[in-house]
Amino acid sequence: MASARVDASPIKYHAPIPGSLPAPERELRRRFLEEAQVVPGGDRISQCLQCGTCTGSCPVSYAMDISPRMVIALFRAGQIEEILRSRTLWICASCYMCTTRCPQSIKITDLLYALKRTAIDAGLYPERFPVYLLSKNFVRVVNRYGRNQETLLLLLYYLRNPLGLLRMLPLAMAMLRRGRIALFPKKIKGVGAIRTILRASKDFELPREKEAVPYTEGMVGYRAVG
Amino acid sequence: MEYLYYPGCSLESSGKPYGESLTAVFRALDIGLRELEDWNCCGATMYMSVNEALSMAISARNLALAEQAGFRDLIAPCSACYTVLLKTNRFLRESPELRAKVDQLLGQVGLKYSLGVKVRHPLDVLVNDVGVEAIASAAKRSLEGIAFAPYYGCQIVRPERGFDDAEFPLTMDTLFQRLGARAAYFPLKTRCCGGMLMTTFPDVCLQLVKDLVECAAENGAQCIVTTCPLCQVNLEGYQKRVNKMFGTSYQVPVMYFTQLLGVALGCSEKELGFHRNLIPWRAPISVLAA
Repeated sequence: MASARVDASPIKYHAPIPGSLPAPERELRRRFLEEAQVVPGGDRISQCLQCGTCTGSCPVSYAMDISPRMVIALFRAGQIEEILRSRTLWICASCYMCTTRCPQSIKITDLLYALKRTAIDAGLYPERFPVYLLSKNFVRVVNRYGRNQETLLLLLYYLRNPLGLLRMLPLAMAMLRRGRIALFPKKIKGVGAIRTILRASKDFELPREKEAVPYTEGMVGYRAVG
Repeated sequence: MEYLYYPGCSLESSGKPYGESLTAVFRALDIGLRELEDWNCCGATMYMSVNEALSMAISARNLALAEQAGFRDLIAPCSACYTVLLKTNRFLRESPELRAKVDQLLGQVGLKYSLGVKVRHPLDVLVNDVGVEAIASAAKRSLEGIAFAPYYGCQIVRPERGFDDAEFPLTMDTLFQRLGARAAYFPLKTRCCGGMLMTTFPDVCLQLVKDLVECAAENGAQCIVTTCPLCQVNLEGYQKRVNKMFGTSYQVPVMYFTQLLGVALGCSEKELGFHRNLIPWRAPISVLAA
């Protein structure tokens, strides 16, 4: 997968020219749809009724800048960049309530994951960006030891945020006293196997459900999602 | 009867009492529990936000090892592991192309997986394999006098079609009510606790934790019973910060369902890891006297 950064630095709100999308938007759209095709049933996104059940069911929608319903609306309107730059993607705690309740069986949580991957891939994320940092460190720790080491993960994470570490201290001490913190990381025997899988999966891509539709300038709204 | 057991990373540190009480409960019921040898991380939800394909291959290694060990059921007590392993199994079953690729990757490390493993949650195994009646007849104490809030959390009932309803599961309610406890009215039983948001967006997450603890306390629950290591840490470890943030004074004990079950089965508090809980819970005298 290409991981070159998309040049889309300052937020540009696209002039609403019917039937045309600016080039960066088309590129992001292509990348997102590619990711979405990995999700089984990912193409159900075209069936959205805009009923708002997802937003109403979401326990964290109160803290989002763009609600889950609006995510799909913006996607249709050709404003993916705005979605990728939002807080919404990173606030989703992936509890799958929206997916369970959606009357159109849209895999909203999985599509948000697809959007997250698109945003990371394109280097588009908010400046102070805790989720990506945590994910990255998580992957680092697992690749090294074969298992997650909570202590190490949190230490790596809070390196960038010493104030946060300070706030965690009372809880950490209480957990330590009760033997709920593992001080020394354990490496599994098969860590070599994990690394082999890692190396071999460099160009490992999940099969797509459908071939990507080639994009032309006129593809906005319903036409863009088939 | 013997089951293969995939503890998951949390049960080795913050979720230690979950692992201890789970082992104690299975021992008390005389069911074998064998740890999967050299298991690795399931990938959790975080792996998926970086590289989904890789997460599948890594998690399939565990399933392959389980199959090699000759077991049909694999018990995964952590909700995140449970969901991820189930999802991997389903993806592999539904997509022959993906399976071919994962087979090829596993082949390079001398493993093979032919979809012969079923991923199970211990709650499912206890209620549906062992049976509520069998547990009730093995019980040494009645849980009468305990009002609990049954908190399932999100990922053991969603998104994979699991063993209970996605919004109003009743497995835990049924089990403990049969043992004499009373399930408090707790409509937020599958509401999300925020999970890893506690690290990334604590203010958002504290609000969720407050809603849950408040709902339990106001409906007369003496304790919250959970099935997930992350829910337990969020609800128990952060009550102090919730109190500070919202000016409340909650002190609701939060325990694993296996801890409460162990009390009914006559295990000692030490065996069940109660000394590791941050908010102390004492079983009512009526329970312990029996």
